[in-house]
Formats: sequence, C-alpha cells, structure tokens
Amino acid sequence: MMTTTYRTCPRTGLQFDTQAESLMRFNAVAAVLSMVMGGLTAVLVALTRWPAIKLLPADQFYQVLTLHGVNMLLFWIIFFEIAVLYFCSSTLLRCRLATPRIAWLGFALMVIGAITTNVAIFQGGSTVMFTAYVPMMAQPHFYLGLILFAVGALLGCFIFLGTLVVAKNERTYEGSIPLVTFGALTACIIAIFTIASGAIILIPTFLWSVGYIKEIDAQMYRLVFWAMGHSSQQINVAAHVSVWYAVAAIAFGAKPLSEKVSRSAFLLYILFLQLASAHHLLADPGVSSEWKVLNTSYFMYFAVLASMIHGFTVPGAIEAAQREKGYTHGLFEWLRKAPWGNPVFSGTFISLVGFGFLGGISGVVLGAEQLNLLMHNTYYVPGHFHATVVIGTTLAFMALTYFLIPALFKRELILPGVAKFQPYIFGLSMYVMTLVMMGAGTLGVSRRHWDMAFAGAPFQYEWPGAAYLMMGIAGLAGVVAVVGGVLWVLLVVGSLLFGKKLEEGEFSARPTILRMPVASSLSAHGGAVSHHVPGTMVLGSVLLVAFVLYYFVNWKYLSEVWPMA
Amino acid sequence: MSEQIQESAGEEPERIPVMQQVLDNPFLLLFLGIVFPTVLYILWGVMEIASVPVAR
Amino acid sequence: MSAILPPAATNWWKESIGKQELIFIVLALVWSLFMFFFMIYWHINGRQNLSNEKYKTTAAMFSAKAEQMVKQYQVRTETETQIPVVKPPVGSDVYLIARMWNWWPILELEAGKPYKLHISSMDLLHGFSLQPVNINIEVVPGYEHVIKLTPEKAGIYSLVCNEFCGIGHHTMLGRIYVK
Ligand code: HEM
Ligand SMILES: [Cu+2]
Ligand SMILES: [Cu+2]
Repeated sequence: MMTTTYRTCPRTGLQFDTQAESLMRFNAVAAVLSMVMGGLTAVLVALTRWPAIKLLPADQFYQVLTLHGVNMLLFWIIFFEIAVLYFCSSTLLRCRLATPRIAWLGFALMVIGAITTNVAIFQGGSTVMFTAYVPMMAQPHFYLGLILFAVGALLGCFIFLGTLVVAKNERTYEGSIPLVTFGALTACIIAIFTIASGAIILIPTFLWSVGYIKEIDAQMYRLVFWAMGHSSQQINVAAHVSVWYAVAAIAFGAKPLSEKVSRSAFLLYILFLQLASAHHLLADPGVSSEWKVLNTSYFMYFAVLASMIHGFTVPGAIEAAQREKGYTHGLFEWLRKAPWGNPVFSGTFISLVGFGFLGGISGVVLGAEQLNLLMHNTYYVPGHFHATVVIGTTLAFMALTYFLIPALFKRELILPGVAKFQPYIFGLSMYVMTLVMMGAGTLGVSRRHWDMAFAGAPFQYEWPGAAYLMMGIAGLAGVVAVVGGVLWVLLVVGSLLFGKKLEEGEFSARPTILRMPVASSLSAHGGAVSHHVPGTMVLGSVLLVAFVLYYFVNWKYLSEVWPMA
Repeated sequence: MSEQIQESAGEEPERIPVMQQVLDNPFLLLFLGIVFPTVLYILWGVMEIASVPVAR
Repeated sequence: MSAILPPAATNWWKESIGKQELIFIVLALVWSLFMFFFMIYWHINGRQNLSNEKYKTTAAMFSAKAEQMVKQYQVRTETETQIPVVKPPVGSDVYLIARMWNWWPILELEAGKPYKLHISSMDLLHGFSLQPVNINIEVVPGYEHVIKLTPEKAGIYSLVCNEFCGIGHHTMLGRIYVK
C-alpha cells in the first residue's frame, strides 16, 4: 500500500488524501485539455453550420465534428467525472483512496486511449462521428483508443466503490454516506453499466475492423451502442445533480429538505434512468412499440419524476437556508439576495434552470415515442443535448471548478472580475444557441449535415427562411459560447500557473473523523430543516405549466402530419 | 451490527427501516442498477431484434 | 447536516416530508403517469404511429423487389441520371431504396390514398426525412420497414437524408410527387 498523508484545507475544512488529491488534479487537467480540443472544434463546427459562413469543406467538417463529439462528450466529461468520484469518496468521507496505484493505472489508460482515438481521427480514416455506427468503418485504433479509455474509467469506478468500503471499514464516518456521495454512487453505478455495454459492443467492432469478425448487425449495434452512448449521458445527470447539491451546501450551508426524498429520487435514477437509451431507437425498425414505450419512458417516467424532484429540492434547500438567514421578504428575496456575483453559485443556478426548462422538457418531448418522428436526427437533437450536457453538466462542472481552484489547487483565482461574468456569457449564449437549434430542428433541418443548400444534389429543396435565420443565430450564439468557454479555460489555466499560491494547511498522517467540527463555511446551520419554500413552489409550478403546454403543442403539431396508421 | 452497539450502550435498540438499509448498501444498489437495464433494455431488445421475421 | 456531510439523524427514513415538497412530488408523479399513458392512448386513437411491420432482408432481395416494381409501374424518367418515376397503384406495396447517395426511385402518389411504403438501405444507415411534412425515420441496412402512409396534400416533397452517410451525405436528396 502506498503511504499517504492528509491535508486539511484551511479555507474549506475539507481533508484531502494527498494521493487522491494529485489524482483529482491530473484528471481535472486532462479534462481541461480535452475541453480545449472540444472548444477549438466547436468554433469550426459552429462556423460551418452558419449558412452565411460555411467555413470548412465537407470532409473536414465531418472530421472536426467527430473530434468535437468525442472530445467533449467522452473525454472532457469523463475525466472530470473521475475527479468528482474521487472527491465525493475520499474527500467527503475523509478517508484514504483505495489502491491509488490502480487509480494511476486507470488514469494512464484513459490518457493513452484519448490520445490514440484523437490521432486516429486526425489521420482521417475515422470520420465516423462518435457514434461510429456500423457498417461505416473506422481505423482499428479508433476503437482501441475508446476501449482503453473505457477500461481506465471502469478502474476509476471500482476505486470509488473500494473507497466506500475502506471508509466504512475504517469508520471514517458514522451512519449513512453524505447525499452528494450517494449521488456520486448513482453516477458510478450507471457508469459501470455504461462501460460494460461499451465493452460488449466496442470489442466486437474492433475485431470487425481488423477482420476477425465478418459482420455486425447494424440494428444490434445501435441497440447496444446506445446502452453506452445514452447511459453515459445519464452518468452526467447523476453527477451534475450531485454537484448542484454540493454547491448548495458549500455556498449556502444548505441541507437537503429531506434525505429520504432526495435519496429515493437517486434510487429511481439507478433503477430506470438507463432505460432511456431507447430514445435513439424510436424511429428504428428492429424493436417493437411495446419495448419503445416502456424503455423510452424510463418505466413510466419514474426517472423524469426523479429529475423534477431534484429540480425542486436543490433550489428548495437553498431557499430554506436563505430564509433562515433572514431573507424572508416575499416570495423571492432569498433568490434576489443570492450571491449572483459568485461564479460558483451563478454557474450552478444557470445550469439548474437551463437543464430543467430547456434540456429536461425538450428531452421528454423528443423522447415521446410518436413525437420523435417529428425530430429524429434533426437539429433539434443536438439542440436538446447541448441544453443537458453543456448547460446542465458542463456549466455545473465549470462552476465547481471555481471552488476547486482554491480548495484543491491551492491557488487564488486570477481576474475575479472576469470570472464573475463567465457563467453568464457561456450559459446565456448557450440558452440562445440551444433554443434556436431546437427551432431549426422543428422545421426539419438535419443534424450532422454540411450543406443546407444541397449543392450537387439532383434536386433542389429550399428550407423555410426562418430555418436559415435560426441557423445563423445558432452560429453567432455558438461563437459567443466558445468565447465564454475560452475565458473559463484561461481563468483556470491562468490561476493554476500564475494565481497567488495559497496556504496549504496542515498535514497529518491519519484522517480525522468526519463528525469533528468542520470549518464554518461548510457547517450546516443547526436545528430542524424548515420546509417553508413558497418561492421554489412557484418556480416548480412554472416549470410544470411550461412542460404541459409545450408537450401538447407538439402533439398538436404531430396530429397534422400525414397519417401513418 | 449497529443494533449491537446500541444495545451495548444500554439504549433502546433502534431499528433502521428496510428502505434505509437498502439505500445504505452500495453493492445491492449496484446489482439492481445493472439488472434492471440489462433485462428491460438489452435482453428484451436483443430478443426483439433476433425475432424479426425474414422477408419473403 | 449539509449534503456533503452524513445525515444528522441515524434514522433519516422516518423524517417527515414538507407539505410543499409533497404537493410538488404528487403533481410531478401524476404528470409522469399521464405522459406514459398518453403514448399508449395515441397508439389506440392517434393517426401517427410508426409501424411495427418489419422484416430481415438483404440488399439483393430488396433491390430485386424494387426493380420489379419500377419495371411494372415506371411512367417516365427525370434528371440527367434518368431516375425512374414510378406511379404504383393505390394501396400497393411501394419500394424505396436508400443508398450512397440517392433515394431510388422517384415516387408519384395520389393524395389522400394509403400506400404501403417499404424502405431499406443497400449499404449504410440513412435517414428518411420527408420535407416539409417532417416525418423522420431511421433506415437500417438489412431491415425492411413497412410503413402505411397516406399522403394528405398534393405537392412536391423532398426526401432529405438525415443520418450521416459519408462525404456525399448532403447530396442525398430524393423526391416524392403527390397528385
Ligand atoms: C462551447 C460551445 C459549443 C458549441 C458552439 C457547440 C456547437 C455544436 C454544434 C453546432 C453541433 C452540431 C453539429 C451538427 O449536428 O451538424 C454540435 C454537436 C455536438 N456537440 Fe457541441 N458545442 C459546444 C460545446 C459542447 C460541449 C461542452 C459538449 C459536451 C459536453 C458538446 C457535445 C456535442 C456533441 C456530442 C455533438 C454531436 C456530435 C455528432 O453529431 O456526432 N458540445 N456542437
Ligand atoms: Cu444517406
Ligand atoms: Cu446521409
């Protein structure tokens, strides 16, 4: 066993296992580098799909789009999630990380895998999009890189579970694990299913690409691929919901309105969230309506119920905490007097609202079996998932980073004046971008499509003017979002390199037990939780009403389409 | 186990509700979280695809 | 205790739930169940449901059927590449081939009359995106999907391919006439 020491952060009271701490730092840095790749390609994609600019030629566009999908969706998010898993286990439970050597091995595999796949795409023979649908074939090392990356991530998940066991055996906490750790456990469980599915499909596909297997059924591939491809989005949901809870606790000392409700909601995620992989197969021939309806609805929408619950309890917990501090006037004083200048909070709140109103509602509409016919493979789809995975996950992770720079990297944030605005620039431009992307998709515009004018086609088709307008706005908003992303990268990298070094805090050879007094910024306010959250009730009702209205608008639209019964 | 500790402390033994015990058991949750989607999504889906009739 | 610390109560399952929280959960649950049953309701009473009729097939088998239909019902050809235009009888089986990078043949259908449209791909995945009606269906090689379709309004319609199918993806435009 590697020996380790524990550092108690003087600013937050958190205690870091120094092994875990450097693992978190390396994973976070790898995440930021992936984000740089994803961001560079994002500008190129956005400018090519902007009809008035159409920057790249077709072949380069598809190549760059493959890079964008792979680096953003897989590498940026999953590197960061591994850091979150280590934080939620070792740090929050105040215990040593299980088998740090294997954790380093996992990290090395992930890095090698990420580089291999990137090289494969750059070489040009693997322009297959991150979905790599068979029978379109990539170079073998494209798949190999993904497999190595997945194995590394799987090791990370096992380390997380191992650390839970260590903490329990060594009694570093009493009772149940913290809610945030429970959310991370949810993410970890979904991740294990995700990666297992990935192995089931990517290994045969790799063998097929080197000629050992003759054929892979295209429909079977889609079924199993999406058990990985979509479930990995569900890891994100569980992870960023955990981050929301964590930020509410860190920034407000908010405690969950009810442990029972929040944990039960996570249980619904564990049981049902992954079924939504069916969203991608609603327009496919191979599976029946019964299978589609049950799976696409997460077994009667129980996981949507869970998301609505989290969407209520996170702001609810913040409201309760704020009211306790005396912000009790009217419905919304608690919200008005929130620290809007603190990017940890503002980023989280923009993430929460955007995820609920834009990502959540559109996802359920898109995922209704019959409504999917209106939008399958249109620009609505990337519109929807930029609202979930960019506004929801990425922005929540960005917000958390502002907290981690002093706590984990022991540096003062440079340019706090810029940091204050970054979540607004990135988040709000993404709101605009996702809205108009969904608008263009509603008019039928295709995703992954180089030319709205169909140059070289035997016929002509003219999209409505509104579609062109919205594609233009999407391009513009996308560029602004990239500026927001660049600011974030500059702030993070700048702080790590040039930020004022902060006091490290005390080192000790053994962990201190969790129930010891924690620094005041983290400790909860005493007494029973107040359940009086009228403002959140209003916000929740607005969400429900918007949801119901938008849902029926789309059924109305569907009812006007040619009959297919 | 927790009951033992409390009993030895001479207190009224407090029963932890079953649901809380389930939620406190990561490996049971892992099992459930794998079995549900494997059965409902993958196995059922594979069976459906495998049973598509051949065109004449 | 806060969400990053263990729950304060050893027995948190017994803690009561706030009234507002409970009301919201009940509303959300009702809405969730409603949405589930609405999909089933639409299968019974709605007119737009994706067909469950499908077969395993091969490129050779499917293209033979399509060619047979074209031979029988071709009315003219269009464009430089002489794409056949086919006018199949109302209610008949209509075959549409998707391949890199065209839809074959061109169809001429009667408004308000039902047809059984068979779609399959000869090579990769393609995306059937009928515009401006906006019906979008995945076309999977090796599978023949049979869709009962009633074109409602006369007009010239386009078939966009909206699944990435290689470098010529954006040129894969097809045509359906409804008279
Ligand atoms: C920073 C600003 C970003 C911009 C301007 C942007 C822009 C775009 C655009 C315009 C597309 C659609 C291309 C098409 O279908 O033709 C796209 C696709 C995509 N984006 Fe982003 N994006 C950004 C950030 C992100 C982030 C942070 C993630 C993930 C965490 C992400 C994940 C994806 C994925 C997975 C696709 C689909 C790729 C595919 O179809 O294979 N994007 N992006
Ligand atoms: Cu195509
Ligand atoms: Cu295509």
